[in-house]
Amino acid sequence: MTWVNQDKCAIVGVGATDYYVRGKSWPRTINDMAGEAILKACADAGISVKQIDGFAYYSTAGAGYLDKFDTASLMETLGIPEVGFSATLTSGGGGVAGAPGLAVAGLMNEDCKYAVTVMSLQQLPQHRLGVVFGAAAPSAENSFLQPSGLVGPGHLMSVLARRHMHLYGTTRDAFKEIVQATRANTHNRPKAIRKEPLTDEQYWGQPMLADPLCRLDFCLETDGAVAVITTTTERAKDLRHKPALIHGVAHGGQAEWGRAFAWMGMPDPYFASSGHAYVAKRLWEQTGLSAKDMDVAELYDHFSAMVLMQLEEYGFCEKGGGNDYVLGGNIRFANRDKPGAIPVNTHGGNLNEAYIIGMTHVVEGVEQVRGTAINQVEDCEFALVTGGPASLPVSGMILRRA
Amino acid sequence: MAYGAARALPGEGIKITTNPDTEPFWQAAKEHKLVACQCGNCGHFRMPPSPYCPVCQSTDKKWPELPGTGTVFSFAICTHNPKNGEPYVYVPVVVDLDGASPARLVTNLGGIDADDVKIGMKVTVDWNPIEGDWVLPVFKPAA
Repeated sequence: MTWVNQDKCAIVGVGATDYYVRGKSWPRTINDMAGEAILKACADAGISVKQIDGFAYYSTAGAGYLDKFDTASLMETLGIPEVGFSATLTSGGGGVAGAPGLAVAGLMNEDCKYAVTVMSLQQLPQHRLGVVFGAAAPSAENSFLQPSGLVGPGHLMSVLARRHMHLYGTTRDAFKEIVQATRANTHNRPKAIRKEPLTDEQYWGQPMLADPLCRLDFCLETDGAVAVITTTTERAKDLRHKPALIHGVAHGGQAEWGRAFAWMGMPDPYFASSGHAYVAKRLWEQTGLSAKDMDVAELYDHFSAMVLMQLEEYGFCEKGGGNDYVLGGNIRFANRDKPGAIPVNTHGGNLNEAYIIGMTHVVEGVEQVRGTAINQVEDCEFALVTGGPASLPVSGMILRRA
Repeated sequence: MAYGAARALPGEGIKITTNPDTEPFWQAAKEHKLVACQCGNCGHFRMPPSPYCPVCQSTDKKWPELPGTGTVFSFAICTHNPKNGEPYVYVPVVVDLDGASPARLVTNLGGIDADDVKIGMKVTVDWNPIEGDWVLPVFKPAA
C-alpha cells in the first residue's frame, strides 16, 4: 500500500564541514562544527537559519555517543527563535536514514516548517567511539558480552561475517572487493580521507583486527559535521535546488535481530544478516519498487562485510549470493551500465571518504537525485540510503528525483 | 597465517556486574555450575537473563544446571589483549548451549590452536576466575 506521505516532503539543503582524521578537529568544538554544517545547509537550501523550527535527530542526539546535542543550546548559539519539533530516533547510527523520516512526521503534523538533522562527531583522545572493553565494569546486561574481549563494533560484527562465510561460502575476496570498489570512488573527491587506489597487496598485507576482518574492513574514524534540512515539497518549490523527494522511509526491525551483535542470540538466517529485512520489506511495500528500480545505493558501511549482507536483504542479489554478486563487479561505479549492477557508495562511504555516522550517505543520495554528484549516475531517479546494521532500529530511505 | 595457541583472556581485569535478574547465573558459576535462565511457566530458555519471558511474558524463572557442553555457533580470532595491547591470541566464541536451546553464551574458547577452531565443533565448559571473586564460564574443546 502506497505510503500516505509519499513525496510530500523533501530534503532541500545539505551542509558539511571538512572531514578530519580522528582527534584532528581540535580546537574546534562539537557545537562549532554542528553550527557550520547547519548554516551551510541553510545557505544551500536558500533559507535563513532563523527559519529552522524543527530538529529530527538520531543516535539519541549523541555526537558519536560522546557529547550530546541539545536543541536549546543550538537555538542559543545559532539564534533560532522558535522550535515546534524536537525528537530523536533511539539507538545509534542505525537511525541515520530514518531521521529525515522523523522530520516528515514533524512536518506532516504541522509542528514545524523546516527541520534539521545533524551529526557532529569529534573523538578526542580521552573518548574513543565504540569501545566495549572499557576500564569500568560493564552493565549487568553487557557482562554477558564484554568479558569475551570483543572490544568494539568491528570485532562484534566479525562474528557475523564468520557465520556468513560458513553458511554461504563467502570469501574475504568479496570484502576486499567492497573496499576496493568504493575506494575507487574517492580519487576525485577533495574532502575524502583515503583517495589512493587500493591494491591487492595492500589489502592482503593489512593486520587482522578480528579475523575474518582486517583493518581496511573497518571504517574510518573521522571528525566533522553534516546537516540536512527537510521541508514540505510545497515549500521546496521556492528554494534554491530541485528537491530530493522522500519517496519512502522506514525504521525499526524485528525481534529476531533485536540487540544484534550486542546479544548474539539471533537465529539463522538473521544472525548472518544486516538486520534490514523488515525495513527493506516496508520500503518496497511503501513504494511498490524493488532493488532493480534503484539507480544508486548508499549503504551504511561501517564494516565491509555488512555491505554484502545489505545487498542480499534489499534484494540486489539473493540471500547467500552476495559473494558472487560483489565479485562479479556489480557494485562498481564504472560498471553501472551493466545489467543487474548497482553502483554502491559513489562517495566512497564510511570506509574511504569519512565516517560521520552515516550522514555522508544521506548527502550523497540527495546529490545523486539532484544530478549534482561528483560521481553522478546518469539519469538517477531513485537513490537508496541506509543506516545500520546495528541494534534496532535500523533504517532505510528512498530519495526520488523531483 | 598461523595464529597458534588460543587462551581465554586473563581473569585479572575482567569485571562483571549483576542485577536481580542475572545474579543466579553468576552465583552458580562461582560453584562451577553452568545454568541458564528458563521460564518457570512455559520452559523457554533465554540468555542473558531478563525480567520477562519473551514467549509467554511470565516472570517466573528456573535455573536448571546444564550439561556444560555446547557447539561453536561462530567465532573471531583476535591477537592483542584489549587490556594492555600486548600480543595475546584469543578466540571470542558464540556457543549454542546444550540443553538450553536457543540460549547462547558469548565467551572465550581456549586450549586449542586458533587455526583449528571450526563452527560446529563440540566444546565443554571451563572456569576462569575473574575480579570480585566471580568466575567466568569459558570453553575448551570437548574431550
